[in-house]
Amino acid sequence: MSAARNPAMSQLQRALALLSGGVCALVLVLAILDGAAPLTMLAFAAAGTLTLLRFRRPVPFWLDGLVSLLGAAALLQTLPIYAIEPGFFWLALLACWSLAWLFVERLSQAIRERQVSGGFFGLLIPIVFGLMLLLIWEVVTRGANVPQVLLPAPSQIWARLLDSVPTLVADFQQTFLKAVLAGYAMGCGAGFLVAILVDRSPFLKAGLLPIGNFVSALPIIGIAPIMVMWFGFDWQSKAAVVVAMTFFPMLVNTVAGLNQASVIERDLMRTYAASYGQTLFKLRLPAAAPFIFNALKINSTLALIGAIVAEFFGTPIVGMGFRISTEVGRLNIDLVWAEIAVAAVAGSAFYGVIALLERAVTFWHPSVRGGRA
Amino acid sequence: MTRFIPVLAIVLAILVIWYVAAIPMNAAWQERLNQRAGLENLPLTEFVGQTWSQDKPLLPVPHQVVGEIWQATIGTDITSKRSLAYHAGVTLGSTLFGFALGTLLGVGLALVIVHNDASDRSLMPWIIASQTVPILAIAPMVVVGLGAVGVTGLLPKALISMYLSFFPVVVGMVKGLRTPEAIQLDLMRTYNATPWQVFAKLRWPSSIPFLFASMKVGIAISLIGAVVGELSNNAGGGLGVRLLTGSYNGQTIQIWAALFIAAALAAVLVIAVGGAERLANRSMGARS
Repeated sequence: MSAARNPAMSQLQRALALLSGGVCALVLVLAILDGAAPLTMLAFAAAGTLTLLRFRRPVPFWLDGLVSLLGAAALLQTLPIYAIEPGFFWLALLACWSLAWLFVERLSQAIRERQVSGGFFGLLIPIVFGLMLLLIWEVVTRGANVPQVLLPAPSQIWARLLDSVPTLVADFQQTFLKAVLAGYAMGCGAGFLVAILVDRSPFLKAGLLPIGNFVSALPIIGIAPIMVMWFGFDWQSKAAVVVAMTFFPMLVNTVAGLNQASVIERDLMRTYAASYGQTLFKLRLPAAAPFIFNALKINSTLALIGAIVAEFFGTPIVGMGFRISTEVGRLNIDLVWAEIAVAAVAGSAFYGVIALLERAVTFWHPSVRGGRA
Repeated sequence: MTRFIPVLAIVLAILVIWYVAAIPMNAAWQERLNQRAGLENLPLTEFVGQTWSQDKPLLPVPHQVVGEIWQATIGTDITSKRSLAYHAGVTLGSTLFGFALGTLLGVGLALVIVHNDASDRSLMPWIIASQTVPILAIAPMVVVGLGAVGVTGLLPKALISMYLSFFPVVVGMVKGLRTPEAIQLDLMRTYNATPWQVFAKLRWPSSIPFLFASMKVGIAISLIGAVVGELSNNAGGGLGVRLLTGSYNGQTIQIWAALFIAAALAAVLVIAVGGAERLANRSMGARS
């Protein structure tokens, strides 16, 4: 292997390599003395100790990742064996974590020096981080016997999620498909239309914009009890809260976006004898698209929050917010986490769809063309 | 001055619409009341006056709300549980505590992200993903979970505020700490500046405008976090509790009063951050 393929280690990498290798050696000794440790743990400790050889000859970075993966498997296998986890178990967690860090550190260095492509490997880094977080969560909650009320283990939440699919689907339909989508469409649509109307009158614009900016900063979510009083317990009141929460960000952003087209561009449209409508649709709305999508993205998270919190104030016996608030009361925290996982996936997917749409519509914008945002 | 005329006109229009809307919204209930009392064929002006002065109206009119605020702040002893000022104080406490934690966390994360490529790549996607999670939904669990292990009071609510407010700070600060251009960084190199000096004399000062812009967003949402945190912790008091009890008892005027106070609080906090920004700018020698 040439020197270029294995660049010199940075100080941080050196420290991480020493830490992981040294701790692995310690784990190896302790696990052998213990006698009951599973084979994978011994294998991980041995492999981790062998990585110390990197100080004599270079080791490819994917090997660190593999050893760290082996460590994760070893930890999960050791977990059920002991009632109280022995010291080497926690040391192994430390070694596994530092190896994963070292892996990510070297991987990002390799990407920076263009030895590997940033596309797939760039995606790998956050995935490794997320998996590591899950592993630590699982190992710490089960290994240290964290009370379930405080934080259930991911495996427990997953099992609960699979157990209660019908409930979760019903809640999802009630909250997301009815309240969030309806409210989101109405709120964003109304904000957009009002913005276009307001845009024609400088007086209204000067009056509404400061108020819109101010209202955007208010805890609008507080109107939830009033909306429940006006529109009843079902999803309509939640949709109303969502409308109120999404309206002003959309209004403010669209008005700001409509001002984006420069004077020279508008003059060009005038020389073409373009009508107001033509200027709006061919020049000003496309120019406003980045702002409009910004509002759509902000609103996608606001809408979900609004609908869920509004359900705290009164709802039929279905819905994500209802489930969360009642199951918390019954200390079924794993079901609550399952509900939150559904909400998180729904929220991220919602956001992702809008981000994809944005890339398709505003393909010309520098932030899309530039690659890394 | 000309800037305020349109704003004032819109505010006036909103007030007029509000008063007019209150008449039909409260009319049905008022008619039933009048029927029971045997009042018939009231003149219109008197009927309108009645719809504007109900005890538990569907839509209370502004002067009722203002009256309630006045009565519950000035007219009530501040230590009493019925004083809105007391509840606003509780909310303000957890807002500020959570905001301080969130800003510190945000600045800390931004520092790590800017100075280490691996953590940029591994943290940034998750920080963005963390905000697509409807975190306010977790609020009751944080409050109850921490309450189960004996942590109550300010901290659980402040943690929710922290989670909400760290995000704008991270995003803003990462942008701000990266604003120095290559030519400026090169200049620092020619001065043989240490990494610490580059940070303290170039990166940090140039990130200050971004920090304050993010803090304005952060403090507004940290207030929201505190209010929602209080919804699941009725014991401690706060504006969220006022909303909740008002909603249970049908005390609409109480709900609106709590909302108005929350809005005023948000405005005051954002203005305070703006004031701090001007002070910081002046002390750093910026031209105003």
